[in-house]
Amino acid sequence: MNNIKIFLLALCLAPMALYAAEPGMPIDKAPIDITDNESLQRGADTFVNYCLTCHGASFMRYNRHRDIGLDNEAIVLDKLVKTDQKAGDLMLSAMRKNEGEEWFGVAPPDLSVIARSRGADWLYTYLRAFYRDDTTVPGWNNLVFDRAAMPHVLYEFQGIQKLRVQNVGGKEIKSLELVKPGLMTVSEYDRYVADLVNYLVYIGEPIANERKRIGMIVMIFLFGMLGLTYLLYREYWRDIH
Amino acid sequence: MSKQKNSFLEWIDKRFPMTVTWRAHLSEYYAPKNFNFWYFFGSLALLVLVNQLVTGIFLTMSYKPDASLAFASVEYIMRDVDYGWLIRYMHSTGASMFFVVVYLHMFRGMIYGSYRKPRELLWLIGMAIFFVLMSLAFTGYILPWGQMSYWGAQVIVSMFEAIPFIGETLHNWILGDFMLSDAALNRFFAYHVVTLPVLIVVLVFVHIIALHEVGSNNPDGIEIKENKNPATKIPVDGIPFHPYYTVKDIFGVIGFLIVFCGIIFFAPEMGGYFLEYNNFIPANTLQTPDHIAPVWYFTPYYSMLRAVTVNFLWIDAKLWGVFLMVAGVAVFCFLPWLDRSPVKSIRYKGPIFKFALTMFVISFFVLGWLGTQSPTPLYTLLAQIFSVIYFAFFILMPWYSKIDKTKPEPKRVTK
Repeated sequence: MNNIKIFLLALCLAPMALYAAEPGMPIDKAPIDITDNESLQRGADTFVNYCLTCHGASFMRYNRHRDIGLDNEAIVLDKLVKTDQKAGDLMLSAMRKNEGEEWFGVAPPDLSVIARSRGADWLYTYLRAFYRDDTTVPGWNNLVFDRAAMPHVLYEFQGIQKLRVQNVGGKEIKSLELVKPGLMTVSEYDRYVADLVNYLVYIGEPIANERKRIGMIVMIFLFGMLGLTYLLYREYWRDIH
Repeated sequence: MSKQKNSFLEWIDKRFPMTVTWRAHLSEYYAPKNFNFWYFFGSLALLVLVNQLVTGIFLTMSYKPDASLAFASVEYIMRDVDYGWLIRYMHSTGASMFFVVVYLHMFRGMIYGSYRKPRELLWLIGMAIFFVLMSLAFTGYILPWGQMSYWGAQVIVSMFEAIPFIGETLHNWILGDFMLSDAALNRFFAYHVVTLPVLIVVLVFVHIIALHEVGSNNPDGIEIKENKNPATKIPVDGIPFHPYYTVKDIFGVIGFLIVFCGIIFFAPEMGGYFLEYNNFIPANTLQTPDHIAPVWYFTPYYSMLRAVTVNFLWIDAKLWGVFLMVAGVAVFCFLPWLDRSPVKSIRYKGPIFKFALTMFVISFFVLGWLGTQSPTPLYTLLAQIFSVIYFAFFILMPWYSKIDKTKPEPKRVTK
């Protein structure tokens, strides 16, 4: 009985082996600055145009972009909302879950808090590590996420990379080579991805800047109180020896 | 004005023992005058408890205990509820800080022998609070319904399956299903917001009543009640809790809040230790994460669970692991009877106790760290070695505490 259960469980989990992510290259440090509104606005623009078709950011509302300087609803509507949605709506994906499963084998995950689970550095490396691979279904593969279900959506900007495997002292070293340049130079594309990842970090926790600002005031107050309460304590305890 | 106030107080006192209670527990409760840094953590535990109760009430106003809505409702609190992020971070940071404070509070008891006669029952009530606190932490961690909530809980509840004969039935009865699902989420929510908070509040009340009956221990481990002023019947080394320790504890509270708010405002995830990164992925019943790690405060016991790798005496390794883990927590209950030293405080205990305690603290931290890592043969071996050291501290105590060379205790408390 127990063995049957374990077998069934193993069977259920078997397809998941495909998602075991083993980075095949070192993870780069993402140049993140969530106080840089211009970068965040560029990232928002990329996100809405290239990501939101398949992925949702369904905990995020359009009018929340007041945080990053898009405070006028008209600007938000003009710049980000291109469908019949309203400024207060959640940023839902245009694709239904079952469609995603049918087309990609797995529904594209919601990206609201992806930067909090994956981390900015991983995302920054991932979005720059796609290469052409005719053996996969989407025709693309990724060095940090083997057999990722997602095709390289931004390939027209980055161009086409190919995998190069070198054998150094019996150890396989994998690297990527740009075989066909895209519309952007390498450094332009890095900046482009950095802006997008910056935006993903922002939507992961939109309050982050405000949190630190309030935190400074709280700390100043508490350190003041620490001095006062210490003096009060010394005063009361003067006669205890 | 003053006369009016007095007559009002009189009116109350005839109907409720307000002044008597105030005196017995605050203004005429005599505490030793030599409390040091370690004595802040009792009042701080109370502060964190109140923090958890108050922020918890606000969280329930927007949280949805439903497997399909729970994860989104937490993000709703983080984004759309006014200051919801602050309330949530206060609660999540409070959970971890509760354990920090309680572990330090217990450690204080261990170094100054506060569990010794006549405070055995006080210690046991404290242990009961610790058990309830662990249950609160476990049931609370399930609620955000992220990957670690789900799979961490799955590991814990699967331990019940290791119990022979009734294991599977018990497991299904606890979950109300054959696996962790919406039914379990709902009942764990009920335990987390009703049953366990009521229990912990009652136990904390009883803990304080028991403390005030026997009186506080102190860093010298001597009884101040044995040396009273013959005229006033007040211990000569005692000072009224209020105002002396109330003002001192307020200072301690501010010091604690600097750390607490520092985490809330500048590092609420605490590098993945207070809020695990994988818990920002919604629970997926079909996708087991590569690496399941409980939150940091359970990791020493999680290491013990994983340390047993061989079947032994016809009992399954997994059941031994469960047994070891439970024993790792429960063994503290026996401290009052394991310690045979003629003195209470570490100040007068000998080198063997100091060495044993140091080894215990090291093993606690090493086991804690190992519990956050994926097991490898080396790590499993280390977990086994340090589990042995951990338990040796307790099991060998009746012998080493007896033969240890102690120093004479002073008559009066020292600085």
